[in-house]
Amino acid sequence: MTEKGTWKVKKGLAEMLKGGVIMDVTTPEQAQIAEEAGACAVMALERVPADIRAAGGVARMADPTVIKKIMDAVSIPVMAKARIGHFVEAQILEALGVDYIDESEVLTPADEEFHIDKHAFKVPFVCGARNLGEALRRIGEGAAMIRTKGEPGTGNVVEAVRHMRKVMSEIRRVQNLPEEELMTMAKNIGAPYELLKQVKELGRLPVVNFAAGGIATPADAALMMQLGSDGIFVGSGIFKSSNPEKRAKAIVDATTHYNDPKILAEISNELGEAMPGLEISTIEENQRMQERGW
Amino acid sequence: MLIGVLALQGAFREHKQMLEKCGCEVVEVRKNIHLEKLDGLIIPGGESTTIGKLLEDWDLFQPIKERGLNGMPIFGTCAGMIILAKNIVDSDQKRLGLMDVEVVRNAYGRQVDSFEADLEISVLGEKPFRGIFIRAPYIKSVEPQVGIMAEHDGKIVMVRQGNFLSCAFHPELTDDDRVHRYFLQMVNDAKNYN
Repeated sequence: MTEKGTWKVKKGLAEMLKGGVIMDVTTPEQAQIAEEAGACAVMALERVPADIRAAGGVARMADPTVIKKIMDAVSIPVMAKARIGHFVEAQILEALGVDYIDESEVLTPADEEFHIDKHAFKVPFVCGARNLGEALRRIGEGAAMIRTKGEPGTGNVVEAVRHMRKVMSEIRRVQNLPEEELMTMAKNIGAPYELLKQVKELGRLPVVNFAAGGIATPADAALMMQLGSDGIFVGSGIFKSSNPEKRAKAIVDATTHYNDPKILAEISNELGEAMPGLEISTIEENQRMQERGW
Repeated sequence: MLIGVLALQGAFREHKQMLEKCGCEVVEVRKNIHLEKLDGLIIPGGESTTIGKLLEDWDLFQPIKERGLNGMPIFGTCAGMIILAKNIVDSDQKRLGLMDVEVVRNAYGRQVDSFEADLEISVLGEKPFRGIFIRAPYIKSVEPQVGIMAEHDGKIVMVRQGNFLSCAFHPELTDDDRVHRYFLQMVNDAKNYN
């Protein structure tokens, strides 16, 4: 029997993206630059997070025309963002045929209490998380891929590092936990018990875990990989830099050769200016995108 | 037996786990030097354009091709199948071109069309093999020297040509190790022959 949209198929696409770089693009031309540089997928947007942050106001799903044009321009998978809890934006994205939906804190949340029921869709979802409990709640709702939230649009990797370290250290803790303490930990971190049990058995999340939110250089990408990421999302970091082609390719190479400092030194040469960075403490707490999501 | 898994991008972890389960020693291949002493190589699923560019940038195409032509068994899954093929419909992307087949990329459509299906693969025995197809390619046509091992819905999804094996689906995402064991038998045979 042939079955579409199964859990294996949804989770499987994320497995295929591993060791790769997913790049934010806003035009078909940028999408082609990303593909040419070796991106394993692109995220189709109207504006990159740095511009969303600068513009303020309400950030929504991109115009379907923009997404369609980008889908036509490249042969690699195309992802797009829906607002947290906005299941109709997700239905529209699924109808457009995008390959992955990011239920994303970069956009203004549409629901302050509930996320999308992602099991109800054939298209797979990726969601952001800052810790193990949040990651497992999203997986419980049907996310087939997780990424750190970091702090989008800042070019500052510190929050992504914090979130990846947090998830990894909680995973190590679960592994060493005696069975009888598992339920209480599940209660304390707000995680579904069955999924926490799976994490204990696997020694990792039951789905692929990427890094996102503030990655701007090849060294940032390799840092996140060495901390245990399965792959990298780069948002504003590429097309807000002075030489997107070269930087995109260098970040792809750094994600493959993350454990080889000689190669990293070679590819970090003469990349031009990175995107301007933002110190996290200068962003008011209520303006931090990572606080969105429940 | 030492098997390499090309680890530039894609689902190399799952192949590695499956091979280790079968009792092999496994090397992740990222550079030329990793190809030394290999008895066989797996090219995993991932994005074929990404893997192709990295193969080119890190000068791996020629050495892999030479090893293949000298008889080293190579097994490609999904993107790996595309990279092994001589012809790719509507694409000029880089490839090894070791198998005389014509493949169609993303042949079943986008991710929402990805599927699972039971396949009859006679060399693996009577029990069907669960094929997981993810934005999968299929083979449109083969030269006579290529053996067809599996079809789904009238489309060719698994082939063998001498020391080369490829499939459009992902045996590494299942618990069924029969396809990997078949490849390891090929590696064993090639070793005894040489």
